[in-house]
Amino acid sequence: MVNFIEKFGGWWLDLLVSLGNATLFLAQMLSSLPSLLKRPSLLVKEMYSTGVMTLSIILVSGLFVGMVLALQGYNILIDFGQENRTGTLVALTLVRELGPVVTGLLFAGRAGSAMTAEIGLMKATEQLSGLEMMAVDPFKRVFAPRFVAGCLSLPMLAAMFSAVGAFGGYLLTVLVLGVDSSAYWSLMQLSVSFTADVCNGLIKGAVFGFVVTWIAIYQGAECIPTSEGVSSATTRTVVYSSLAILALDFLLTAVMF
Amino acid sequence: MNSRAVKLMVGVFMLIFLAAMLVLALRVSNLTSLSGGESYSLIAKFENIGGLKSGASVSASGVRVGKVESIVYDVETFEAIVNLSIDTKFSAFPLDTSANIYTAGLLGEQYIGLEPGAELDVLVNSDEIDDTQSALVLERLIGQVLFSRSGGD
Repeated sequence: MVNFIEKFGGWWLDLLVSLGNATLFLAQMLSSLPSLLKRPSLLVKEMYSTGVMTLSIILVSGLFVGMVLALQGYNILIDFGQENRTGTLVALTLVRELGPVVTGLLFAGRAGSAMTAEIGLMKATEQLSGLEMMAVDPFKRVFAPRFVAGCLSLPMLAAMFSAVGAFGGYLLTVLVLGVDSSAYWSLMQLSVSFTADVCNGLIKGAVFGFVVTWIAIYQGAECIPTSEGVSSATTRTVVYSSLAILALDFLLTAVMF
Repeated sequence: MNSRAVKLMVGVFMLIFLAAMLVLALRVSNLTSLSGGESYSLIAKFENIGGLKSGASVSASGVRVGKVESIVYDVETFEAIVNLSIDTKFSAFPLDTSANIYTAGLLGEQYIGLEPGAELDVLVNSDEIDDTQSALVLERLIGQVLFSRSGGD
């Protein structure tokens, strides 16, 4: 029994220590952000590897999620004679919830894991120490541009996901199921508000981007510098980011809507 | 990948984002009806607005002519004051126009229907519509039916 309590206490202390480390890491990363203004080309390069490379999977999954939502919504709404409102259902679900959340999960799997693996490998092959030897601050050269790129690209990808999803819903309901096209868009416009729904969805995306890139970069920088350590850090990134996204989504929804 | 191609792709990425925002603003959400054209406001006081919400549509003969801007409760007259924002395209409603709260379908959302009167003078900005009819509240209606039944016996 005492053993168990001791273990529990140790686990709790470890958790607190790693949370504190991660916060200090974040503070150091944030304080090195101004240096990015001097070299914006670093940011462009990271925007390419986080944003552009994730684009295809976001667009394809957005299209299919939109179509599936439309199909399911249509089948239920037609029982109530309200199949014209399929557009409303699709748009609200996408803009408020699925857009940011699914984008966040896919982003964690596609860009977050890559970020952890890259930084972890840099650490394992002692490139990070090499940079420090040359008096180049890895926070300014490696971490900060990746962090900003992640924070920017996730909300942008979420907006694209929602837009493509709404279009996917349009393709299915209007072209396949035969709902009137103007009813689809006008009922959607009636109930989706730009400030309350679209902008809050973007804010959600930005929060998820912040958390996912923070976790990814921290896990990469703190991993055990072996091939095994890098692989387990990559796994942790995906697991922790997904859990953080789902929990934060609940909190943000409770506050926003 | 040379840096020029990277910049190009990031530029394309930003353009796709802007296009997505345009779609979300103009096609998916109601940003168009917020800024689309000039509008003027009218006031209507109702005893009971039922489930009317701000943003609900205002229509005349079934055509959408504006929307409900805001709803406030007047503590002096114990009425709901509904501010309507009407498109300036439809600026010739007679003074004795009446405003009724209707329900789209049996369970649909509520909207305001304007019925033009016969006066020659027209309503202008921040005028009040005097002739209003409250929302039909289903419970009250059922209550009246039950009451008149039991009273008749």
